[in-house]
Amino acid sequence: MAAESKGFFNHETIEKRTGLLILLVILVVSVGGLVEIVPLFFQKNLIEPVQGLKPYEPLRLVGRDIYIREGCYNCHSQMIRPFRSETERYGPYSVAGEFVYDRPFQWGSKRTGPDLARVGGRYSDEWHRLHLINPRDLVPESNMPPYAFLDRPIKMTDVSERMKTLKLLGHPYTDEEIAQAPEAIKDKTEMEALIAYLQGLGTQIKATN
Amino acid sequence: MTAAESYLPAGWAWYIAIVTVASLAYCLWVLISNNTRKLPGEEVKLHGTNVWDGLREYDNPLPRWWRNLFYITVFFASAYLILYPGIGVSTGILGWSSSGLHKAEVEATEKRVAPMFENYAKQDVAALAADEGATKIGASLFQAYCIQCHGSDMRGAKGFPNLVDADWQWTGTPEGILETILGGRNAAMPAFNEQLNKDQIADVVNYVIQLSGRQVDVASAARGEATFKTVCAACHGPEGKGMQALGAPNLTDSTWLYGGSAAAITETLVKGRAGVMPAFKDFLGEPRVKLLAAYVYAQSREAERTASTQ
Repeated sequence: MAAESKGFFNHETIEKRTGLLILLVILVVSVGGLVEIVPLFFQKNLIEPVQGLKPYEPLRLVGRDIYIREGCYNCHSQMIRPFRSETERYGPYSVAGEFVYDRPFQWGSKRTGPDLARVGGRYSDEWHRLHLINPRDLVPESNMPPYAFLDRPIKMTDVSERMKTLKLLGHPYTDEEIAQAPEAIKDKTEMEALIAYLQGLGTQIKATN
Repeated sequence: MTAAESYLPAGWAWYIAIVTVASLAYCLWVLISNNTRKLPGEEVKLHGTNVWDGLREYDNPLPRWWRNLFYITVFFASAYLILYPGIGVSTGILGWSSSGLHKAEVEATEKRVAPMFENYAKQDVAALAADEGATKIGASLFQAYCIQCHGSDMRGAKGFPNLVDADWQWTGTPEGILETILGGRNAAMPAFNEQLNKDQIADVVNYVIQLSGRQVDVASAARGEATFKTVCAACHGPEGKGMQALGAPNLTDSTWLYGGSAAAITETLVKGRAGVMPAFKDFLGEPRVKLLAAYVYAQSREAERTASTQ
């Protein structure tokens, strides 16, 4: 730019005014985000649930919290990528609409164990129970840690509050469902909750996409 | 209408297109407007009017290779946005999409393997079991989908049947195995803790142990026999030899799905058992399941032969 001109956006003007410099830098840097991220909040296939998807019922919601607490996502992803090698092994690839009631989603990226996005219904409840107690009883080659200690009562007392918070964020829970939540998880073990959560994963989409 | 058009509101599509094109144009303008040239023999130009302790800043042109890299990024971005989806709802002239890529990959593979599967589909499971190529595919399928319960050595685990012990809870015929994998199986051993009292259960346990040829309290077993004949025989048969149609195991042999100790049998009687074999028809499709069945059948026959020669 010509050195003589002294406009507002002149090199020298900007260089001498830190506030203006910072503002313009932020503007330039945020263009990528404004174009690539902001419109996603309004894109229908990303914000609308796939057909048949319901918000987690209380037991599965508790199971999900246990899944997160135990760090299952450290070894298991929940995201089948659109590659033949993955869709042959796990089933149809994941789509965004399946995760609208996941806050936060459990896609993960570390795959020490198999992907769990479509594990729902793949094995029996009993299989999950035995496998959680000691994975090596069923799969001798497995290096998954045992979770036998989950066979204890659920201690969570605030499941209704959690559901209320999720309702605030747009999960369509009815007041009745929220009121009955403590009853639904009464006398259940953490393991039962986790298994209920796992058995529901990815069951909305069955056909190959 | 493309998929993107039906998902993304038009206003946002325009917003993306305008901001993207405008920022690319802006980059190009900054590059061109700030371009300086230094002619041979010309004095060094100075930049701005700032003086720092008597020092001034030079306004030398950027090295040409560096400046050209900037131009290349702008042109690369433009070319990319023309070829691939990126500007609003444009799909790009290549029409690329990740789901399209997946579809092409699947179709290409299907095209390659379809003739092979067609050929296999014409043969029955027993014939396929003798076909080395078929059982080889069956073996890889088994390692991917079945080992979680039946084990990589096919010997199963407690509650999950051993497939190479020549003993079948359901049926071991080629067609039977195919049916089991296609449709799944649900075994239902009811819990008897309400119907039978503690002593009755202990008696039945003794009788069941006696059935498999072990020494027990004879008096207790005799009492248990009476209960067995009225209650258990419905599924396990009057002689305790089981019924494959119901998945009721033979109790007179030494094969135990849930353990053959007194404690394990008591647990089975008190709590009941529900063995589940999931159905694979929808997930894997019949052609693949057929090869799986052929492999399982071949392996069980192989195990039988080995057992009989020992």
